[in-house]
Amino acid sequence: MKGIEAIPAIPYARYLGVRLEERQEGVVCVLPFRDDLVGNVALPAVHGGVVGAFLELTALLQLVEFAEGGRVARPINFSIDYLRSAGPRDTYGRAEIVKHGRRIANVRVLAWQENPEKPVAAGVGNFLL
Amino acid sequence: MAEREFVMQFLFGAGRNEFVEHVPHARQIGMRCLEIGPCFATVQLPWREELVGDPLRQVVFGGVITTLLDQASGLAVQCSLAEFKRIATLDLRIDYLRAAESRLDLTARAECYKVTNHVAFVRGSAWDREQSDPFASMLATFMIVGPLDASAWQQRVTAAKEKARE
Repeated sequence: MKGIEAIPAIPYARYLGVRLEERQEGVVCVLPFRDDLVGNVALPAVHGGVVGAFLELTALLQLVEFAEGGRVARPINFSIDYLRSAGPRDTYGRAEIVKHGRRIANVRVLAWQENPEKPVAAGVGNFLL
Repeated sequence: MAEREFVMQFLFGAGRNEFVEHVPHARQIGMRCLEIGPCFATVQLPWREELVGDPLRQVVFGGVITTLLDQASGLAVQCSLAEFKRIATLDLRIDYLRAAESRLDLTARAECYKVTNHVAFVRGSAWDREQSDPFASMLATFMIVGPLDASAWQQRVTAAKEKARE
């Protein structure tokens, strides 16, 4: 998996401590919970920005997985729908490349915690290849 | 039209760091609140190598800008309300206009330009050198969930009041 090799090269991915797992349903990105990722102490919940960043990172790693010749994709835009608050536990993400063109890739991502049927956030972004 | 009332009005001003310090992740990445005012908030993220997303260009990861703008947006919404409410980000879209410059502090400003009973609409941008030359722009909506269990905010407000008196 090329994505796994990319993680050590991305300081922010190391900082978040994300890892990739190969599962039956495909490659799943894991964001281990940490107290310092909390954005809302009262709930508590992982910071919305971290959830968004994790979605974007999951999309990027999926593109790395399918990249030819080591090109690094750059995000053009990214849109996040927050569906449920992300509680104090590990978060999982799976990306799907909707379109991989010559210049642009469109990627969708879904993030969940305990139950993939109950996603905490969904993202979609365009990347320049 | 009657003058709008803001629950945070007496706290508006520069250097209101107490409004990000209570957020563990904001504190962790060294975020600062530069200013809050009617319907807006400005926050800043000092340069940090560990937040880099593009090792070749040494540019901060895009999602970190999301964190900065999300924080600014939430504050901007609180600064537009007539009473304290619980709010939650509903959606957020960010356009990366250019790469942020390496090794510079990043500043984000969000403005809540419309509030209804249940939804708040926010726009914002982030820049490195000049506000007029942003590297990212953002649109977000927030849900106004309901009344705030006021204790946490009250503590914050009380702390801010005391600080203002000093």
